[in-house]
Amino acid sequence: MSLVLTLASRNLFHDRLRFVATMVGIVFSVVLVMVQMGLFLGFGRMVTTMIDHASADLWILPKGAKCFEDPSLIDVKLRDRVATMDGVSSAVPLVIGFSDWRLESGELTPVFIVGADLRDGSLQPFNVVDGNVQALTQGANVAVDRSYFDRLGISGVGSTAEIRGRKVRVVAVTDGIRSFATTPYVFVDLKNARNYTGTPRDRASSVLVRLKSDADREKALSEIRAQAGDAEVLTSDDFRSRSRSFWLFGTGAGAALFAGALLGVIVGTVIVAQTLYSSTKDHLNEFATLRAMGSSNGYIYTVIIYQALINAVIGFAIAAGIGSIVVQMTAKSALPIVVTPWLMAALFALTVVMCVASGIGAIIRVVRIDPATVFMR
Amino acid sequence: MNDYVVEANAVEKTLGRGAGEVHALRGIDLSLRPGELTLLMGPSGSGKTTLLLVLGCMLTPTSGSVTVCGTSISNADKEALAKIRREHVGFVFQSYHLFPTLTATQNVQLALDIRGEHGKRAAQKSREALAMVGLEQKMDSLPGGLSGGEQQRVAIARALVANPSVVLADEPTGALDGNNGQSIMRILADTAHGRERAVLVVTHDPRVIPYADRIIEIEDGLIVQERPGETDRPRMPKAVPFRA
Ligand SMILES: Nc1ncnc2c1ncn2[C@@H]1O[C@H](COP(=O)(O)OP(=O)(O)OP(=O)(O)O)[C@@H](O)[C@H]1O
Ligand SMILES: [Mg+2]
Repeated sequence: MSLVLTLASRNLFHDRLRFVATMVGIVFSVVLVMVQMGLFLGFGRMVTTMIDHASADLWILPKGAKCFEDPSLIDVKLRDRVATMDGVSSAVPLVIGFSDWRLESGELTPVFIVGADLRDGSLQPFNVVDGNVQALTQGANVAVDRSYFDRLGISGVGSTAEIRGRKVRVVAVTDGIRSFATTPYVFVDLKNARNYTGTPRDRASSVLVRLKSDADREKALSEIRAQAGDAEVLTSDDFRSRSRSFWLFGTGAGAALFAGALLGVIVGTVIVAQTLYSSTKDHLNEFATLRAMGSSNGYIYTVIIYQALINAVIGFAIAAGIGSIVVQMTAKSALPIVVTPWLMAALFALTVVMCVASGIGAIIRVVRIDPATVFMR
Repeated sequence: MNDYVVEANAVEKTLGRGAGEVHALRGIDLSLRPGELTLLMGPSGSGKTTLLLVLGCMLTPTSGSVTVCGTSISNADKEALAKIRREHVGFVFQSYHLFPTLTATQNVQLALDIRGEHGKRAAQKSREALAMVGLEQKMDSLPGGLSGGEQQRVAIARALVANPSVVLADEPTGALDGNNGQSIMRILADTAHGRERAVLVVTHDPRVIPYADRIIEIEDGLIVQERPGETDRPRMPKAVPFRA
């Protein structure tokens, strides 16, 4: 180990209490930022779940639709016009909307109906763990997520309930299709979806378009746009980012998460700056001795920067451990915290920047040292 | 280049400001030669430490000139002064100023580290320097586990390890008993005579006089007397060259 590193670590570990305080500051800060940003990512992922799982290349949407859950409707005749166009492989109407679910106990709970033309395979229930999705096309059959069993008063495939006064029967169960709005998704056939949501036969929430693999996508997009009239045509990617920015920034949720993260960074920086500064003050006599011995300022900065980096590495390691526990704990919750390798890398960089920046106060103090003081004592 | 390692001419130094202003040095001419141990003596407050700081490039003179190994310090900024100290000067302080969390060897090695000498070779050199001051048994001890005399010997090893041209010691025996003081002075005298270094020792202690080649008395910021010491100079350098 290099001598600077030895000196830096001895300076840090010498005062255990202060080291613990530093670690608490860094860990608090990094975990807070990790949770906030993890929620941001989790939220961002969750609000696009349905778009991610629809096998569509293009979405025809009501003008100005901000997200998947948007309640406006378009003329379903558009579907027939688009379906016959060059390069289009399929065009499927989608009907969505809120409805009421009556438990066998008689209690009512709101649900979010997702209806698609299953035969064309547009937006089918995914992560199916029990039952058979194909059965949705017959009768009044539904697919629900098992995380909502309690809420919906059911126990699995074969359970029954009522939607808008019509008896329904669970034929498929999914795992992990959760809504951040906490309203359970209920997958049904397109026809039933109209009934449950009160959508007229000539209307639909959107039309999902799949292009042929050899189609000229740009050309198809502009031709469909020309046909769409009042409706809007978006690629899946555009729709995804539009929903994300609506939920994350249009609602202020994202800003709140970022504000929380920023607060974490500020608190962490202040704590680390404070402990590093007081540690440096305690060792001022040693820094003055180094200076008297002829050390350059750069050498002394290196000692302080190493102290900051040791803080950063150890603090980050502890924070990452605690963070991974938090992530596991929320994995099955309504809003899981999503931590990606990129987020980890960014957090580490942030920790290093935070710790090094907090060394500035200490460095400013050290620059003012007068080595002659060493002789006066 | 002439014979002198350090040359001070007409050095004046004013400390403090306004009402607290003190004329600590009032025109000092002094030169330090290699191979010579000079004692600087005088009453408390006479300016001994101030002179040592000016000669050691810790303070710049208010007027007059100081040259260390041919480099004038008149226009040097803090960083340049540090560089001159790094290249030419070794300090020994009355209160040792060792790093309490580092071992004896690491304390010595620090003097090499700030000069960009790292690694095994630096550690080896540091152990040799400690052996030369008789501390081969204490290389891995922390300063807290060493006696005052041992700590001062570590400090001397630290001052010498980088082979400075001039060694400046401010009351190096001030905190030590007679025997320890004697052995510290013997090491400093060997440094001057055996290794051809210029050594300046500030002291109050008459027991160190036998080690001096030259004694300078300072009073109220002026040199009032300069006389030869009790050693028989010129002395032949011992055949123990410093292993750099
Ligand atoms: N920073 C300062 N500001 C003002 N006056 C100072 C300062 N440092 C020292 N002095 C004064 O300068 C004079 C010389 O001080 P110096 O420390 O050089 O004396 P000294 O000979 O080393 O004394 P001692 O034997 O007590 O160590 C003294 O009168 C002292 O009070
Ligand atoms: Mg003094």
